[in-house]
Amino acid sequence: MNLEFTEEEKAFRAEVRDFIDNNYPKDIGTRGVQDELSPEDMLAWHKILGKKGWSVPAWPTEYGGTGWTPTQRYIWGEENARKNTVMPLPFGVSMVGPVIYTFGNEEQKAEHLPGIRSGDVWWCQGYSEPGAGSDLASLKTTAVRDGDDYIINGQKTWTTLAQHADWGFFLCRTDPDAPKPQMGISFILVDMNTPGIEVRPIKLIDGGYEVNEVWLTDVRVPATNLIGEENKGWTYAKFLLAHERSGIAGVARSKRGVEQLKEIAASEMLDGKPLLEDMGFAQKISQLEIDLSALEITELRTLAGEQAGKGPGPESSLLKVKGTEIQQRLTELTLEAVGHYGAPDFRSFPDDGSNDFPIGPDYAHHAAPTYFNMRKTSIYGGSNEIQRNIITKMILGL
Amino acid sequence: MDFDFTDEQNMVRDGISRLIREEYDFDTRRSVVASESGWRPELWAQLAELGMLAAPFSEEDGGFGGATEAMIIMEEFGKGLAVEPFVPSVVCAGGALKHGGNSAQREEYIGGIISGEMVFAFAYAEPRGRYDLANLETTAKADGGDYVINGHKAVVIGAPWATHLVVTARTSGGQSDKDGVSVFIVDKAAQGVSTRDYATVDGRRASEVYFENVKVSGDALIGDAGNGLPLIEKVVDEATAAVCAEAVGAMKVTHETTVDYSRQRKQFGTPIGSFQVLQHRMADMLMEYEQSVSMCYLATIKLDEDDATRKKNVSAAKVRIGQAARFIGQSAIQTHGGMGMTDELAVGSYFKRLSIIEGEFGSVDHHMRRHIALTAG
Repeated sequence: MNLEFTEEEKAFRAEVRDFIDNNYPKDIGTRGVQDELSPEDMLAWHKILGKKGWSVPAWPTEYGGTGWTPTQRYIWGEENARKNTVMPLPFGVSMVGPVIYTFGNEEQKAEHLPGIRSGDVWWCQGYSEPGAGSDLASLKTTAVRDGDDYIINGQKTWTTLAQHADWGFFLCRTDPDAPKPQMGISFILVDMNTPGIEVRPIKLIDGGYEVNEVWLTDVRVPATNLIGEENKGWTYAKFLLAHERSGIAGVARSKRGVEQLKEIAASEMLDGKPLLEDMGFAQKISQLEIDLSALEITELRTLAGEQAGKGPGPESSLLKVKGTEIQQRLTELTLEAVGHYGAPDFRSFPDDGSNDFPIGPDYAHHAAPTYFNMRKTSIYGGSNEIQRNIITKMILGL
Repeated sequence: MDFDFTDEQNMVRDGISRLIREEYDFDTRRSVVASESGWRPELWAQLAELGMLAAPFSEEDGGFGGATEAMIIMEEFGKGLAVEPFVPSVVCAGGALKHGGNSAQREEYIGGIISGEMVFAFAYAEPRGRYDLANLETTAKADGGDYVINGHKAVVIGAPWATHLVVTARTSGGQSDKDGVSVFIVDKAAQGVSTRDYATVDGRRASEVYFENVKVSGDALIGDAGNGLPLIEKVVDEATAAVCAEAVGAMKVTHETTVDYSRQRKQFGTPIGSFQVLQHRMADMLMEYEQSVSMCYLATIKLDEDDATRKKNVSAAKVRIGQAARFIGQSAIQTHGGMGMTDELAVGSYFKRLSIIEGEFGSVDHHMRRHIALTAG
């Protein structure tokens, strides 16, 4: 038992910290009231990391990975959270990339992996459908073979940031007569500029537009865009989901969030003293920190297992459930901490391009929208109810 | 024991619930909230015509009821997520006048509130005061027979629609002293009053209100100078009970909508309402709702008792209802899945209103602290 990082790991942390401090673009995320990040902002760090060779740390080295141990990758995540960096989007790096290098053919690897590494190609995920959701296998979008092409028809939803996407990876039904819903599904790469694709942004309760409906009408894509074998898409989809869940605990970001919450609670006054010194509120923050420590060590134990050659298994469900509960609790406490200034809709203020917030303390202006937005975390990536089903089935054997 | 309402109270409920049903379908609300003015003055006039703006006042003030009538109306407001300023104008300003106003003030201003010609906002909160009603940086300095008001009031709900303001200001004492708080009526058009208007995340409108050497006559003072704290504590308690009732109405619709959705929405070949984990959650939501109804009644019934009893019961209600609002709101979103996250479905708007009610007139923590202070030892 040793929870200390090794000397090599500490040196690695110093190197990473130094690189971030010297290279992270300083102007991202410090704009006016409506500081929606532009697509360029979201890719800026990715492109810098691409040149450094650090954009896809977890990939095998032959495809451009760093060869870092899981612990080093954890340190990497921590240091980025410390600076609140805008990390590479997961759709290329953590989702389709691993599917392509694991199940794709040489042409597909050559065509797609470089653009994912460099951050030049924006990917989106076409999994969920209006009638499917957590019951993903019931998806209805069809791909019908026509000569050298597939013709795709259907509708996807919750497609995150598809409005900016160059490529998408879609699950489509290629055999409607398969005996089980999980069979007869294929994993197909689609150029989002293909005629017949319409992307309609969905307004969410926080007032933003981060997800979309994607309508596909007679979308003709080359059959060479099929990953692996026809009708075996479910296998690749499950592989991808296991990758998605393992990064979902968000420990490092939550630690940063707790620091921010403490800063807010130190500024807000209650009975002439900082809110942070109020026993009731301090207790809530401590509870959060304690739960976060437990999650962190649990994640490190999982990492250690992974380092020893065990892949991410059903314990990733535990990390997802506990991680998202903590993320949500954090946003609840932040909204509580800001008091009256949680109510104004700061998105409704005209953007005068300045960094000054028109009313209230600047830390208040994201509190309510973030609280609203973070309700999604217990829904997406397989809802927390589904994760508990997985735990009861896979771990408890019930 | 009698939890029945009088015939007259039932008529109030019938009247308001019909109006909300007919005028407040969700699409109409959405377009009103998004419109430039953000509310419907013509609906306000209709409410006045129906007698709803008179309902919480006594007969001598031109009304016909009290706190129970306000509760009934706000419960229906909650069901429709009505944004009209019933709480600031009728409950808060009206309450300050009926408990503290002299006969001339009552006649003029309560008359104006009841007819709907005057719309009040309640400028009591300050940027750094949190929920402490006595913690005031706004000052009102005596100047001959007049007062000169300076200060900044935060998140004044309904102020963009208001013709008048009820304002708390310090006429003497240190920043958080219990003595030295005074309450004034200020015409919003008065020289030196300026506002910054904005929308709130739950679809209402509010302002930051700035007072720069605003001169008001001695007639503007409600009650005695320096002795305003007990008055606004009572007013805020009545307002707290009113938003508790609003929360109860919103929770009812939120829960029913969720149960309906769980019957319709299919996953894994069966309605999601057949999954035990969701059934239990919806059963818990129902229990939270029923406990909230009880606490809302309790708080309303105790509003006219002595200060300590009133405060204790209002705080108990706000704690319980704040907790229930969070549980029911969050559970509704979770059960609706991704659809619950969309702006399109009403459930998100109910969740947002419930979330903001949690912090309105004091958070769960604030009222827990007050409850402890009143019950310890």
